[in-house]
Amino acid sequence: MQNEEIIKKINGFLVEEFEIEEEQIVPEANLMQTLDLDSLDLVDLVVIIENNFGFKVKGEDFAGIKTFQDFYDYIINRINQN
Amino acid sequence: MNRVVITGMGIYSTIGKNLDEVRDSLYYGKSGIGFDQERKDFGYRSGLTGVLDRPVLKGILDRRARIGLAEQGEYAYISTIEALKNAKLDQDYLDRNEVGILFGNDSCAEPVIKAIDILREKKDTTLVGSGSIFQSMNSTVTMNLSVIFKLKGINLTISGACASGSHAIGLGYLLIKQGLQDCIICGGAQEINLYSMGSFDGLSAFSICESEPTKASRPFDRDRDGLVPSGGAATVIIESYESAKRRGAPILGEIIGYGFSSNGDHISVPNVEGPVRALKKSLVDAGIKASEIDYINAHATSTPVGDSNEASAINTLFGESKPFVSSTKSMTGHEMWMAGASEIIYSMLMMKDSFIAPNINFENPDEFSAKLNIASKTVNANIDTFLSNSFGFGGTNSSLIVKKIK
Repeated sequence: MQNEEIIKKINGFLVEEFEIEEEQIVPEANLMQTLDLDSLDLVDLVVIIENNFGFKVKGEDFAGIKTFQDFYDYIINRINQN
Repeated sequence: MNRVVITGMGIYSTIGKNLDEVRDSLYYGKSGIGFDQERKDFGYRSGLTGVLDRPVLKGILDRRARIGLAEQGEYAYISTIEALKNAKLDQDYLDRNEVGILFGNDSCAEPVIKAIDILREKKDTTLVGSGSIFQSMNSTVTMNLSVIFKLKGINLTISGACASGSHAIGLGYLLIKQGLQDCIICGGAQEINLYSMGSFDGLSAFSICESEPTKASRPFDRDRDGLVPSGGAATVIIESYESAKRRGAPILGEIIGYGFSSNGDHISVPNVEGPVRALKKSLVDAGIKASEIDYINAHATSTPVGDSNEASAINTLFGESKPFVSSTKSMTGHEMWMAGASEIIYSMLMMKDSFIAPNINFENPDEFSAKLNIASKTVNANIDTFLSNSFGFGGTNSSLIVKKIK
């Protein structure tokens, strides 16, 4: 899967699941704040990633993810590792 | 002691998704029962069930609010929205005052099964999702609705089998009567999905009159062959008379008696003596004679033994006065944990419009029901005071008496 496709897929499920507008997703924007994520939502984010990409995110991985770009990079990196 | 009044009602039922639809179904004797092939394929003995759509709450409730709601929580949200609107209770009032919530619920099969299915497949609990636990607990309805409506009063779920909804109103009535709470959102909710009824079907307790589903639920009829499972949710808002007057609330009726008892007998087969005690207790609590009851909304679920025993219990106390009797379960099927609350609403709608809803499918009495004054067709009649029975597994009994306020 190309990086652009991956990002499109990620944005797609973020908009669908967390009920935000596509326009709110800006690569430099803060992921947690824009999506208004609390600790329970992070549980669901792990589930959605596993359902869509087939790998498990560990809780501690979220520490390094601040922006949407960080999130894309993390997912792309994990896909390439597998 | 405070007087306790009903100030709002809301319903999501197999015979109507709001009060107006339900009222018409009751008046015209319309059944909400159908046949579900999926149950037969799944291994059920009976494919009969109440028929109800799941509401679509996306766009109405935000994601976090929706995600913890199980099936019956969704129904209870809809019925509570209608009740709050009718009671003229807005969010501002709920924010500034202590309003409690007491709902009847006694199962939560589907979310538990779905979580275990995921676990079996993925072998990882972190993939079950954050909503699962909040959907899975028996208190799921009150847990979620108290958060959605930001309630500050009493907050718990009553589990008493098929008397759950009735006991929820009864306990709310006691709290308000004693001045411990001014206003409580009471009700009952029942899941209807096929995961939730399997073990009950396994007792061969359900009707198998599958060729004519609307005729299967026939309480008190000589040829009844079992109950039909059903569900949905009903909300009854109760308040102290003073609180209702103070805020100019509509006053729909007054709860004047709550009687309860336990049979101390068989776990699934009801007796006569236990219900008689609950009925007597409700009359004593109301301070009225049996002859003052105009209408009894019977528990009668269309089971061979249950209906006869209830008929005997009713005849013991009301044999002389012979009030009208009907079981609305003839139309709705057995709404179980919802029934006690929904049947208060059905009776209230009858009282408001002066009619007795028919006990449909009552074609031939048996020796016990022959002694009752059963309305097999709709009767136009004034109701000043009604009594509603609910009895459950384990021999739990509840009787509520409501009076018209003039």
